[in-house]
Amino acid sequence: MIIGTVLGGFLCLGVLGLLGSSLAATHRLIYAGCLVLAATATGDGLFHMIRYGQEAVPAVVLPFGLPWLKAHFRLDSLSAFFLVAVNFPAALASLFGIAYGSHVPEPRRVTPLFPLFLFAMNGVLVADDAFVFLVSWEAMSLSSWLLVLSNHTDAAARRAGLVYLVMAVFGTFCLLSAFGLLAGPTGAFDFAAMRVAKLSPLATSLVVLLAILGTGSKAGLVPLHAWLPLAHPAAPSHVSALMSGVMTKVAIYGLIRLLYDLRGAVGWEWGFLMMVLGAAAAALGVLYALMQRDLKTLLAYSTVENVGIIFIALGLAIAFRDHGEVALSALSMVAALYHVVNHALFKSLLFLGSGAVMMATGERDLDRLGGLLNRMPVTGVCFLVGACAISALPPLNGFVSEWLVFQSLFKGPTVAHWAMRFGVPVVGVAMALAAAFAATCFVRAFGVAFLGRPRSDAARAAREVPWPMLAAMAVPAVFCLCLGVFPVMVTTGIATVVEPLVHVVLPAAVLGWPWLSPVSLTAGSYSATMVLLSGAGLMITTLLLVRHLGTRAIRRAPVWDCGHQEDIANAQYSADSFSQPLRRVFGQVVFRAREEVEMPPPGSTAPARFTLFITDPLWTGLYLGLQRVIDAIADRVNHLQFQTVRRYLLMMFLTLVLLLLVVAVRQQ
Amino acid sequence: MTSADQIVALGHVSYDMAHLIGAVILMMSFGLLYQRRLTAVIRLYSFQAMVLALAAAWQAFVQDAPHLYASALIALLFKGIAVPFALNWLVRRLGIHRTVETALGIGPTMIAGVGLVALSIVLVLPVTASAAAMTRENLALAMSVVLLGLLMMITRRNAVTQVVGFMSLENGLILAAVGARGMPLVVEISIAFSVLVAMALFGIFFFRIRERFDSLDIAYLETFRGERR
Repeated sequence: MIIGTVLGGFLCLGVLGLLGSSLAATHRLIYAGCLVLAATATGDGLFHMIRYGQEAVPAVVLPFGLPWLKAHFRLDSLSAFFLVAVNFPAALASLFGIAYGSHVPEPRRVTPLFPLFLFAMNGVLVADDAFVFLVSWEAMSLSSWLLVLSNHTDAAARRAGLVYLVMAVFGTFCLLSAFGLLAGPTGAFDFAAMRVAKLSPLATSLVVLLAILGTGSKAGLVPLHAWLPLAHPAAPSHVSALMSGVMTKVAIYGLIRLLYDLRGAVGWEWGFLMMVLGAAAAALGVLYALMQRDLKTLLAYSTVENVGIIFIALGLAIAFRDHGEVALSALSMVAALYHVVNHALFKSLLFLGSGAVMMATGERDLDRLGGLLNRMPVTGVCFLVGACAISALPPLNGFVSEWLVFQSLFKGPTVAHWAMRFGVPVVGVAMALAAAFAATCFVRAFGVAFLGRPRSDAARAAREVPWPMLAAMAVPAVFCLCLGVFPVMVTTGIATVVEPLVHVVLPAAVLGWPWLSPVSLTAGSYSATMVLLSGAGLMITTLLLVRHLGTRAIRRAPVWDCGHQEDIANAQYSADSFSQPLRRVFGQVVFRAREEVEMPPPGSTAPARFTLFITDPLWTGLYLGLQRVIDAIADRVNHLQFQTVRRYLLMMFLTLVLLLLVVAVRQQ
Repeated sequence: MTSADQIVALGHVSYDMAHLIGAVILMMSFGLLYQRRLTAVIRLYSFQAMVLALAAAWQAFVQDAPHLYASALIALLFKGIAVPFALNWLVRRLGIHRTVETALGIGPTMIAGVGLVALSIVLVLPVTASAAAMTRENLALAMSVVLLGLLMMITRRNAVTQVVGFMSLENGLILAAVGARGMPLVVEISIAFSVLVAMALFGIFFFRIRERFDSLDIAYLETFRGERR
């Protein structure tokens, strides 16, 4: 009921945005409205999770949509959980938008679509039939596509929009086919009928494959990620936060709905496949991120990494369940959903931070930033918290979920099959590598952008952003800490969400406060509260010791300037030089990274030039290869357009005879 | 002789007659494939249409369906007399070469035709296992005629013979239609009229090609479109 009102409200705001976008106050009003509605939806989702537990609110059938189908809506605990995970960051982005919305290049192309985008994402979550689901899904793709194109005078944004549109169409096509197979020949498109549908093994495999392809292309799973680092940075920052932090989660919701709810029994091979794809996404995504100089592209690639981690956990859940290890399956699901919430939080935070940086400096190239921590202290601290969280540093939330994923991953060899026994260590290594790279990546991002000295005049002139934007960053930063310090509360909450999907409750003893010991009390346990308390205790002790034992005398001396008398900002570590060691170790193999130094001849006053070439192997190999194949086929087929009359007749005749022959042979 | 025997006897006779007429139409199709001279092709087509009219009339008598007499009349007037007359007039008027250039030799064409007839019999007889014997044979013959018409269209270079192939194909359709019980008259009339319209269009088309290329060999058309040099 409440969620229906919220959905209607988003639509009204969209229409209002179309009508009254010439007034500056309308923009602020719309973002404020989105804030209220998204906060309401968050509250409704939380209330539903607490009040109803696993019981679903009975389905609502509304008399629109397809005449023979009607529109089905339903809110169960999974939907409610994702309502919270989607609408909380959405509320933050709206709050950010109140101040930021009029600052984007073309606010009138952004504001009306923002509530529609939120409307579509919420629609996907509460849909209870394939028609509503797909229409909302497509509305989500199209509204975000328009938001990407809001800056369409930029050729890069146009290209991003094109690639995004192609991939979105591909994904929807896959999902359409998957739902078509699930509905069967009778066309039972509501989810209740799909849950009990009997499918042949071949059809089940196809459904699983299409579901992974369809939702994976939206979530940014390697190798379907190509659009993501183009499209997410092209949108305005508060929209990027939604696309990266939230829309990928809606895709993961679609996957969970399809594979865990609608299709109960999925073979462990598919879990293995998802796990391997997830590991590839995690390792490759963060390697890409490490090479980027553009702050927002870096964040987008980091999304690929985090989606990979979620896919690893989801794949493990499938493999465990197929082998009867329901408790471990529940643990993996809890880890996956925990990471969903965490990533939604800190990725939104980081994108909003990049928006604040862009508003203050107009720059997103790391090599033109620097020294922002002094000029924008609140933004800097919030960004730091987000960076620590995404780098999985305790006691923040990123650590807990990645640790849980690792805990369930270590139990992978209990599935007695050689592929899992050999695959799990490889996946574990890839994920550990990804975690280390992520830390490097965000040390680099934060260090180059916020520390050191400014590398451009714009960075030198930066000022702190207005308070709504600061609040929109401070709130998720606080939540990153809370979700990290009180993990048991979160896992207990998620366990109730997971219960209807895996039909098992995580034992309460395993989740005893304050120790989170998911597997057993002896195998591994973690208490963020203890970590925080002991860390704080150590810090206070050290401070006191230094205070009492150290000298109080203040000595002032010139800062050591590495031998440079003058203040040359370019002498600092740049983004590229920081990543050079890793680029030389990994980049030359994976990205065929090549460095060229062009020295001027002696006596010339021309500057020396350093050029870096990086090729994306997946883009040149897979996508451009596919394009070449399609072009070649099109060239061949094109000849059919220029045949003689008799040749056309001959082709028709031969086709007819061939089909008749097929019929004749099949009858015998 | 009891009445039941009479019906059975009549059934035999009607079946044999329908079969005979259908076979004659099929033989005409083979004749069209075989014939090299343009006037003879048109004459054969005229015969085929007249036999088709006979087939329709026989079916009208057997099925006791008076509207099929109308079909027979349409076939006789339009296809048996009007269309051949128009084609002959065109050939005379345009002074077309009286021999037909074939794209495929007569021998292979005949062999392909035999193969097509075999294919349609193999195909139709099992499909219509539940239908009456008369309908089944009729359908197989009609389908052979359709396929032979198509074959004629692709093995001939001259535009007039292509049109005759098309008309003969259409004869096959009508043969199938009259054999099936309950085909509405309106369908047949509309088919007949569409053929007439097609005929008129082809006529205009011939004049235009002829004006432009001094020939009705469609090879010139291909050169004109830039596909052959």
